[in-house]
Amino acid sequence: MNRTYLLRSFVLMGLVGAMGAHADAFGASLTQAMPEYKLVIRNHQFTPSALKVPANTKFKVLVSNQDSTPSEFESSDFSREKIVLPGSTVTVFIGPLGKGQYKFFDDFHQSTGNGVLIVE
Amino acid sequence: MLGVALLVFREVLEAALIVTVVAAATRGVPHRRIFIGGGIALGMIGAGLVALGMNFIEGSLGGSGEELFEASVLLTAVVMIGWHVTWMSSHGNEMAQRLRSVSASIKAGSSSVAILLVVVALAVMREGSEIALFLFGLAAGGAGQRDLLAGVPVGLAGGVTLGFVLYLGLLRIPVRHFFRATNWMLVLLAAGLSSSAAAYLIQANWLPALGSQLWNTSWLLSNSSLPGQALHVLVGYEARPAGMQLVFWTITFGAFLIAMRATAMRRVPSTPERYPRQTSPPDGRSSTLDLQS
Repeated sequence: MNRTYLLRSFVLMGLVGAMGAHADAFGASLTQAMPEYKLVIRNHQFTPSALKVPANTKFKVLVSNQDSTPSEFESSDFSREKIVLPGSTVTVFIGPLGKGQYKFFDDFHQSTGNGVLIVE
Repeated sequence: MLGVALLVFREVLEAALIVTVVAAATRGVPHRRIFIGGGIALGMIGAGLVALGMNFIEGSLGGSGEELFEASVLLTAVVMIGWHVTWMSSHGNEMAQRLRSVSASIKAGSSSVAILLVVVALAVMREGSEIALFLFGLAAGGAGQRDLLAGVPVGLAGGVTLGFVLYLGLLRIPVRHFFRATNWMLVLLAAGLSSSAAAYLIQANWLPALGSQLWNTSWLLSNSSLPGQALHVLVGYEARPAGMQLVFWTITFGAFLIAMRATAMRRVPSTPERYPRQTSPPDGRSSTLDLQS
């Protein structure tokens, strides 16, 4: 009985451990200088609503929310989602992406908060 | 109103699908309603707290707090599910027996349900905190009360209804195969949650993407469509998966598979029909102790 218990714990802990180790090993080396872009949310709209970024390059986008209500920067096209509280700025790492257009939106204000990444 | 209803619906649906699978997987366990209801209640309290503390969460860990928080919540759920499925792989037959013999003495099961309570609570907390933030914003932004009063119940009802539909569908699985089926659903669910955790860690730049979009099947099934979203929750479907997500999915799936096989081989060598376990209390008791030790 005890062996089974140990085996279960072992496998599950190994799983978590493996994930942790990955995070440690890769986390530090990747925070090198990378292209940086800015998006502003005002009146539940993105400015600019079209952002040009380079293809096949990892970059980061700083999203600032100047409204008094929370927003969520989200995209199914490049699989990102992050809450942006009023008056705050968040950093979202994106890519590298292939050439093309990738839509993003404000999940909390979908009728007005829309934009597109133009990757070229 | 439609916008409110849609957002609430999508978030509720995600949580409801997870709760549904857990509810099915704990079929026949005593007091499971209390456990599941308790999990939902705890999750709602947690959701409020997370929403209130989002400022702190987001600001911590160099701005990556939200992603790491989400990833930890997801991975905790993965571990809990892993615990349950390995436990089930040695007790599934016993539980199926019990479903068939109404008067069986039921002892084992509760400890594992307590573990799944956590999974339910975490799912409700994750999705609920988004709804809470959204609604706070609407209220603060002076949105029409009508929008809130009409949109929230409609969205909630829609999500919960779909959860029930799935549940009723699952109940049609023959009892013989029932727990095997729900166990597999839990394995796929966990693999998907693990893959979502990877996505958050990539977003925070804590993990390399290993190919940010390995392929793109959004022409076939988009993650923003309802079926795409449901499959995303249930099996981790991604129209454009990152390599690291695939790694997490596969490792979780593989590890659970190995753990399930290993425990099943140790514990239950015979078929359910020839193995009326519910009539042997010493065995049942010892396995409960085993979990608690």
